[in-house]
Amino acid sequence: MDHINLSKFCIRLGDHCLIMAHRQSELCSKGPFLEEDIAQINLGLDLLGQAEALLIYAAKLEGKGRTADDLAYRRSEREFHNFMLTEQPNTDFAFVIVRQYFMSLYLLKTYQVLAEVEDETLSGIALKALKELTYHERHLSMWILRLGDGTDESQQRMQTAVNELWMFLGELYEEDALDLLAQQASYAPKGEEMKTFLMAQITAKFTEASLTIPDSIYMTTGSKQGIHTEYLGFILTEMQYLQRAYPDAKW
Amino acid sequence: MARGFGKQQQHTQKNTQQNKKMSETKDTQGKLWEVFIQSKKGLPFKHCGSVHAFDKEMAVQNARDLYTRRGEGKGMWVVPADAIVAVDPANDASFFEPADDKVYRHPTFYELPDGIKNM
Repeated sequence: MDHINLSKFCIRLGDHCLIMAHRQSELCSKGPFLEEDIAQINLGLDLLGQAEALLIYAAKLEGKGRTADDLAYRRSEREFHNFMLTEQPNTDFAFVIVRQYFMSLYLLKTYQVLAEVEDETLSGIALKALKELTYHERHLSMWILRLGDGTDESQQRMQTAVNELWMFLGELYEEDALDLLAQQASYAPKGEEMKTFLMAQITAKFTEASLTIPDSIYMTTGSKQGIHTEYLGFILTEMQYLQRAYPDAKW
Repeated sequence: MARGFGKQQQHTQKNTQQNKKMSETKDTQGKLWEVFIQSKKGLPFKHCGSVHAFDKEMAVQNARDLYTRRGEGKGMWVVPADAIVAVDPANDASFFEPADDKVYRHPTFYELPDGIKNM
């Protein structure tokens, strides 16, 4: 992969992390109890750290004099490449858990592959992130089991979240030209391999948690071309407000 | 069988006694656990605070999120607060009164070699 493609590759991964970090930050002070409030914010902070590292590297590779902040705060909706799953709102606690659980599996697999690449910056980021993601997966799994196999209401809410978010899973293993380039360079797992990994993990966890895998066939697609659900615009409006209103503001 | 949230309902009975201690309060956050951190291998575990949780697994995860995110420790214990037997110093001087008149009770006559740390 040349510098430009590697930069795009890092932007995609950084965007997943950045948008999820923003969603997690919205949960601050709204957790069901203090300890879980802190736990959810910690997940967000880890993701923000990963986003920052990836966007700094992407900006450097790009070589156009842009900074990570430019990438985060000066791009519009169509220039973001985060999966639609990552921008889905915190409808209730079950939606948060299911969204983050699916993405924690995706990131685990992604970073496992990246930890092995020759590029020392990327393998360094991936190795650090792997430790964090191992904990994310563990914490989110606990909630999948606890709520899926909990009361009637918690089970119902979890199943609703799974049903509503399922159609966004397809993007996690879909492939475009950049993905194929990354795969050839051993920077990413094959789509089929990612799908098998995700489905095996989810099936095992859901069986234990008494959750049903929906048999919907339709999967959304588009984030790789910058197409998003209506939610991303609102996220960017809030996230980019300061830089838009006061360009180059520093403190 | 219900995990956590099923059990939680047992804890939601209205607390009628106003002056109950925190550890006895039945609320929706789960019971209280005390957290002990070992800053370095070989050193004693030190009490550093408490967390709420519904069971052991959640207790260690919550403790990790609150107390070990900044490299504070290498080891951690989490203990149900009600498993700790405490003695109130105000009510029981016999536990704490030093035997100052009996010098031989204090190990002050030994010389420690320079190599020994953490004594």
